[in-house]
Amino acid sequence: MTDPIRRNGYLVRDRDWQPDALTPAYKTSVARSPRNALLSFPTGLAEHSAPVFGHDMLGPLDNDLILNFAQPGEMALGPRILVKGRVLDQYGRGMPGVLVEAWQANSGGRYRHRNEGYRAPLDPNFGGCGRTITGPDGSYEFRTVLPGPYPWPNGMADWRPAHIHFSLMGHAFAQRLITQMYFEGDPMIWQCPIIGSIDDRQAIETLVASLDMGETLPMDARVYTFDMVLRGRRQTFFENRWEGL
Amino acid sequence: MVQKHALLKETPSQTAGPYVHIGLTPNVSGIGGVYAEDPGATMKTGPVQGPEISLSGHVYDGTGAVVRDALVEIWQPDAAGLFNAAEETRGTPDPNFTGWGRCATDLDSGLYSFDTVKPGRVPVADGRLQAPFITVWIVARGINIGLHTRAYFADEEAANAEDPLLTRIEHRARVPTLMAQPEGDGKYRFDIVLQGDNETIFLDM
Repeated sequence: MTDPIRRNGYLVRDRDWQPDALTPAYKTSVARSPRNALLSFPTGLAEHSAPVFGHDMLGPLDNDLILNFAQPGEMALGPRILVKGRVLDQYGRGMPGVLVEAWQANSGGRYRHRNEGYRAPLDPNFGGCGRTITGPDGSYEFRTVLPGPYPWPNGMADWRPAHIHFSLMGHAFAQRLITQMYFEGDPMIWQCPIIGSIDDRQAIETLVASLDMGETLPMDARVYTFDMVLRGRRQTFFENRWEGL
Repeated sequence: MVQKHALLKETPSQTAGPYVHIGLTPNVSGIGGVYAEDPGATMKTGPVQGPEISLSGHVYDGTGAVVRDALVEIWQPDAAGLFNAAEETRGTPDPNFTGWGRCATDLDSGLYSFDTVKPGRVPVADGRLQAPFITVWIVARGINIGLHTRAYFADEEAANAEDPLLTRIEHRARVPTLMAQPEGDGKYRFDIVLQGDNETIFLDM
C-alpha cells in the first residue's frame, strides 16, 4: 500500500476555466471576493482525503424530489423530469461513492426559504432538496420537477434561468465542488450574470444538460442527462519529493 | 501533429447562492422530515479520544458586514493525526470521530460553530510535521468558487513556528489570519474575512 503521506496530489485546477472571484456584473461578488492572490502550496493528506459516505445513510426517497416532501398520496406539481448522469474524474473514470446533493426552486420558480422574496407560490408538496451517492460507475439520478425561472435582486431585469444546484463530495477535499445545472435550449442562460462569471463559452456549455427524448419514461418523465467532472488524481508512477519546500 | 491526450475539464463552479441551506442543511432551514439529520451536523458519534474543542466565528465581507448566508465545512484528522477516510492507511482513526463538519452561519447572528476535537499533527511528504490545523471551506451567495483556508491554533507557537505552510508565507503580517484564538475552556474563535484589512489567506489547491 502506498504511503498516503507521499502520494501524489490532484491535477492543478484551471483557474482560467473556473470563474473569477470578482465578477462585478454579479453584484454580490464585489464585496465577497478576496483581493489577494491565493496561496499555492504542496497539498497533503488533508487535501487528498475526504469523508466516506455509505449508501446506508440514504432513505428510499432521498433522490425523489417529487415525493420526498409530499403529503401521503400527493406529488409535487410541475413538468416531471429525471436528471441522470455520471460523476467522472478528469481521466474519464467514473467515480463511485460521491455524495451528490441537489436543491432547486419549485416549478413556479419559488424556493422554500426564509430569505426568498419572489411572489410565486410555494408548492405544499415540494421541499426542494435531494441527495444520492454515485454507484460503482459514477452514475446518479434524481427524479424531480422542472424548476421555474425566477427574478432576483441584481439588475432590475435579471432572471435566473431554470437550474438545479449540485454539491459534490468526491474522494478528496481538493475536489470539493458546488455547481449549477442548466437546461438545453433555455434562452435565459446567455443573459445570466452568475453564468457570466464564467468567461469561456465552452465551459458554460458543460453546465447545460441535454434533453434525451430517447430515454423518456413513457407517460412519466422526460430525461435530462448531465455529467459532472471532478479533478483527477495524478497518475504518475514516480513520487514527487518536496526537498526544500 | 502530435498525439492528443485530452484530459476532461473540471466542471465549472457556480455560486452556492442564497438558498444553499435547502440542499445542504435542510433541517436547519425548516425543511424537516426529508433527512433524519443534516450531513455533517455531528462530528462525534460517541466518546472521542483527545481534547474536545469548539471552533466558531463569523464570516465578514469587504465592508466589514457579517455574512449571514454562508456555509462552512471543516475537515480534519482525529487527536492522533489520523483521518477517518479511505485514503488513511497509517492506522485506525478514532471510530467515534468523523472529522467532517458542516455548519451554515446563523441567518440572524451570522455565527458558525463546530464541536470537534483538537487535531493531531500530520506529516508532509518529506517527513516534517505540520502544526495542528483544521481545513476550512467557505461557500455563499457572491462566492463564485468555494474558498479554502486553514485554521491553525494560536496557542501552538512551537508547532506553528516549524509548519511547512505557515513558514512559506511571504507576507508575515497576514499569518495571524490563519490563527484560531483560544478563549478558554477549549473554545477557539476563528473569524474569516473575505476581503479587505485582515483578509484571510485563502489557498490555491
